[in-house]
Amino acid sequence: MKEIHIDTITSEVEKLCIDACCNIGDDVYNSLKKAMDMEESPSGLGILHQLIENIEISRRDVTPICQDTGMAVFFLELGQDIHITSGYLYDAINEGVRRGYTKGYLRKSVVLSGIDRINTMDNTPAIIHTSIVPGDKLKITFAPKGFGSENMSAIKMLKPSDGIKGIKDFVFETVNNAGSNPCPPIILGIGLGGTFEKCALLSKQALLRNLDEENPDPNLALLEKEILNEVNNLGIGPQGLGGRVTCLGVSILSYPTHIAGMPVAVNIQCHASRHKEIIL
Amino acid sequence: MAQHILSSPFDYDLSSVNIGDSVLLKGYIYTGRDAAHKRLYELASENKPLPVELKNQAIYYVGPCPAKPGHIIGPCGPTTSGRVDKYTPLLLDMGLKVMIGKGFRSKEVVDAMIKNSSIYLAAVGGAGSLIAKCVKESSVVAFEDLGTEAIYRLYVENLPTIVAIDTKGNNLYVEGIKKYKR
Repeated sequence: MKEIHIDTITSEVEKLCIDACCNIGDDVYNSLKKAMDMEESPSGLGILHQLIENIEISRRDVTPICQDTGMAVFFLELGQDIHITSGYLYDAINEGVRRGYTKGYLRKSVVLSGIDRINTMDNTPAIIHTSIVPGDKLKITFAPKGFGSENMSAIKMLKPSDGIKGIKDFVFETVNNAGSNPCPPIILGIGLGGTFEKCALLSKQALLRNLDEENPDPNLALLEKEILNEVNNLGIGPQGLGGRVTCLGVSILSYPTHIAGMPVAVNIQCHASRHKEIIL
Repeated sequence: MAQHILSSPFDYDLSSVNIGDSVLLKGYIYTGRDAAHKRLYELASENKPLPVELKNQAIYYVGPCPAKPGHIIGPCGPTTSGRVDKYTPLLLDMGLKVMIGKGFRSKEVVDAMIKNSSIYLAAVGGAGSLIAKCVKESSVVAFEDLGTEAIYRLYVENLPTIVAIDTKGNNLYVEGIKKYKR
C-alpha cells in the first residue's frame, strides 16, 4: 500500500494556495484578450484592459489577482490504496491553508460563525470535498472562492416539465439578478440533476474545467454555447456597466436525477477563476 | 464621456460629473467595509463622535490583502457596495461625498445621494494588484481590531474609476445595460 506522509500534503497545499491566487491560468488570460475583440463598450474595453494588466502585475510581483483570496475549497480524489501516515488528512490540508495564506500574504476572510462573525485569522477551516477513487494516487484540487460571486449563486428545484427553457430562464434570471456584483465577465458553473446538495456541488465542480476545454457531451456542449451567447446578449458587460462581454464561458455537469425532479444550480464565478491541482 | 481628475477632499461641486465619465482619483481616502460601517453607523446613531471626519471625504469599500514586504498595501480592489447600503444614507447626511465600490445601490442610497449631491464611483472588481499600485501611503486610523476590515487612510494617485451614479441619481448600471441589451 502506498504511503503519503501528512507533511507532504501540508507543504503541497501551502504552495497551491499561493500559486492559485497569484498565477491565474492562461485560459482566463487568453479569454480576456479575446474578449477585447468582441467588446463594443468603450468603458468595457478599458475595464478588460485593466483586468489583463492586473493579471500581468500579479504574476510578476507574485501578489494575489484579487484581494478576496476566498474561502479555501478543495476537491480531493483519494485512491483507495493509499495510506495517509502520521496524522489526519483534513488537519494536514488545514495546516497547509494556514501556512499558505500567511506566507503568501493572502487575505484571511473566514469567520467562525455566521452569527458572531469572529475572524479565525488563518482562513481555516477549509471546505473539503473528498471522493474515494480506484488506485493509489491523491489528487488535490484547490479552488479558492471569493464571495462577490458566491453570494450571487443560486439553486432551484425545477419540475421535469420545465425542460431546457426552464433551465435557461433560471440561468438568465440568476445572472440578471447578479448584475455587476460578481465582477463580470463571469464564468458560469451549472449543475443539472442529482439531489439538492449534489446539484450545488456539481455546479462548483463544473468551474474546475478550463475555459479552452470542450464539454465531452455534445448535447451539453451545445447547451453551453447557447447559454453563453444568450447571456452575452443581456448587455450586462464588464463590471455590469453595460457591454457585450458578460460571460467568458459556461460549463455544465450533469448527473442522473429522480423521476419527479430537475434540480438546477448556478455557481457564478468572477473572472478571477482560480484553480490549481497536484497529483501525489 | 468626459475624463476628470478629481482630488479629495471634495469641497467643490460635483454636479458636472456624469455617469460613464472616467475619473482618476487623487488624495486621501478612507477604506471601510461591512464591519467598519456597522460601527460607524452605531456611533452616529447614538450621536457619539466618529473616529474619522466624513465631511467632503470619500469611502472606498475594500478589505485589502496584507502588504508584502516592500509593498505599501496588498491587492485592494473594491468589494460589493450593496452590503453597506443599510448604513450609507446616514453617512451621506453626515457629509460623505464620494463612494468607491462595485455593484448596485439601493433606492434609499440613491435618494440620499441626490439630496447630498454625492457621487458613486465604480472601481474595477478583481483588479486588486493594479489598484494597489495607485496607493502611495496607507495607515490604519480606526478599528484596528477588525483586521482587513479596519478603516485605513490611503493616499491614492490616478486611481481609475468610472462614474456609476451621479449627483442627479442617473445610474450607469441601469443605463449601460439598457444600451447593450439585445
